[in-house]
Amino acid sequence: MIGQLIFGTLLLAAVALAICNARKIFQNIRLGRDERRFDHPSKRWRAMLLVAFGQKKMFKRPFAALLHLFVYLGFCIINIEMLEIVIDGLFGTHRVFSGLGAFYALLIGAFEWLALGVLAGCIVFLMRRNIARIRRFSGTEMTPWPRTDANLILTAEILLMAAFLTMNAADHNLQLLGAPHYTQAGAFPVSGWLLPLLPDDVSSLIGIERFCWWFHIIGVLVFLNYLPYSKHLHIVLAFPNTYFSNLNPKGHFTTMESVANEVKAMLDPTYTPMAIAATLRFGAKDISDLTWKNLLEAYTCTECGRCTAVCPANMTGKLLSPRKIMMDTRDRMVEVGNKVRKNKELTEDGKSLLDDYITREEIWACTTCNACVEACPVNINPLEIIMELRRYAVMEESQAPASLHAMFSNVENNGAPWKYAQADRANWVDGN
Amino acid sequence: MNELNIPTMAELMAKGETADILFWVGCAGSFDERAQRITRDICKILHHVGIKYAILGTEENCTGDPAKRAGNEFLFQMQALMNIQILDGYEVKKIITACPHCFNTLKNEYPDLGGHYEVIHHTQLIQQLIDEGKLKAEGGESFKGRRITYHDPCYLGRGNEVYEAPRKALESLDAQLVEMKRCRSNGLCCGAGGAQLFKEPEKGKKDINTERIEEALETQPEIIAAACPFCMTMLRDGIKIKEKEQDVQVLDIAEITARANGL
Repeated sequence: MIGQLIFGTLLLAAVALAICNARKIFQNIRLGRDERRFDHPSKRWRAMLLVAFGQKKMFKRPFAALLHLFVYLGFCIINIEMLEIVIDGLFGTHRVFSGLGAFYALLIGAFEWLALGVLAGCIVFLMRRNIARIRRFSGTEMTPWPRTDANLILTAEILLMAAFLTMNAADHNLQLLGAPHYTQAGAFPVSGWLLPLLPDDVSSLIGIERFCWWFHIIGVLVFLNYLPYSKHLHIVLAFPNTYFSNLNPKGHFTTMESVANEVKAMLDPTYTPMAIAATLRFGAKDISDLTWKNLLEAYTCTECGRCTAVCPANMTGKLLSPRKIMMDTRDRMVEVGNKVRKNKELTEDGKSLLDDYITREEIWACTTCNACVEACPVNINPLEIIMELRRYAVMEESQAPASLHAMFSNVENNGAPWKYAQADRANWVDGN
Repeated sequence: MNELNIPTMAELMAKGETADILFWVGCAGSFDERAQRITRDICKILHHVGIKYAILGTEENCTGDPAKRAGNEFLFQMQALMNIQILDGYEVKKIITACPHCFNTLKNEYPDLGGHYEVIHHTQLIQQLIDEGKLKAEGGESFKGRRITYHDPCYLGRGNEVYEAPRKALESLDAQLVEMKRCRSNGLCCGAGGAQLFKEPEKGKKDINTERIEEALETQPEIIAAACPFCMTMLRDGIKIKEKEQDVQVLDIAEITARANGL
């Protein structure tokens, strides 16, 4: 009875904390500008089913994709078991769904195989990061915290799965010994292997079973509340993020309506400007100039580094790293979000995303080749943020590299990016 | 009129005629000497198959692409609105471009500002003409069995998912098409996009076009095929740095097609 009370309290506290964290995340995302991403629902569902559920883009790197698939399937399906664990915890029952009989055995058997898959996947992932030291897991933005974050998540998953399997093994043994409360239920194809390692007396087995049960469920609840501070949020946000994907061709860059308004008025005196929401600035200096979708993407990024690995600027030694763009955006958003909650409004803090987090050298190294956008397994677009920062630098500050200013003035005066006379434009027709 | 008999829209209009398709030459195609040869080859192909086309001539203006990629949306929109006025003045319906950057901008970004046209890249037209049997790869230089590797321009490939048209054009030559490790949607940029062509690269350990040309040379090609005047510049610079000008040619798909057809 005391156990049930403790469990109920813990569950309530963990869920309440998780809701509180989710609210903060939602508030932070809402710091961004408005953007319409609700059209074409059928295309959006399709993108989400293929890219998030179907893991389509993961398979550009088949080995990592396969391991990730084990972990992903394990995560999704073993969560069904969480329901039973919660009910058992609240009502003091033992395997409450065991009434399902053969189907229950099938389920538990499947969970065990999946748990083994997760375990194996996470062990290989840990080795790839720490022993094989795959290049994409390093880089300037991969400071001690992001590396620790990744290792913590993998270790936590390994411990959780180990506890889950050990719990089953002890339970299985208790069932075989005919211990009271431990009614025969389930099939244990994987944890069965652990039987020889376990003691034979009922009280130690109950001790092991209970310890693993509590360790597993508390672990899950702690993990749930660790998510908001970690890169692991992608397990939830990958789904909305792919639903709100950009549906236009990648070559299409956004058209700025605020600019269109001014340019049209300039070229045509009779044009009546559309009423659009007051724009504070052109482009983005800080996170509140980005759209909510950019900010959602920053939270969704799991720092896998596929974007940076294919970035032509990064691979030739330039400072730019698309992954860093996303990580910086997230760090700055969290900083601003916390300040807004503290001061009850958006106030200047003398810092900004551009310059304090992302340098000019980074944004000007981009070739806008879209390789990062193509590579992202969850359709994140670092290029859009880079472009918004460039727009701010150029249109608000006139701060572009000098040769680009020369190009601008050529386009403006000669109709070409080079200094040739417009009148000579068709001279090529007379050549050979 | 001129040696190639290329009419401008204005000339046609004065005669009360119209063109079926506007050839948007682009700034590189107009002014860059190397790209001018590609421009003329595209014209030769259009002549050869008897398409009624015209150019804007001195009325053509930068699409605004480099300004937009560099973050100057004002300048881009000024250019776009000016161009749309001219295009609509001639009631242009269909445009063929020589440059993937012009192609992308006209096709994807002009509609937002009121310019709606059917826009195709020259490799798409070439593929279509081959499919229709109008271009046969006869009567000219033979490319049979020659090793050709094709470099995907970002704004044609990833930007607009045109991967097959340029490859079909090469396959029709019976050439030996060898792919680079990074091709199609994984293609590596030449280093010119995003207005990089107009500035010095940021400091790093290597230039992007060197990285790309090394990969291209790994395929041991006789010809590196390009479909973009900017890629052409970058790839040729890369070849020069590697001192391979004597062994490897960088040619546009239009040039290869024109040669194969003896144009």
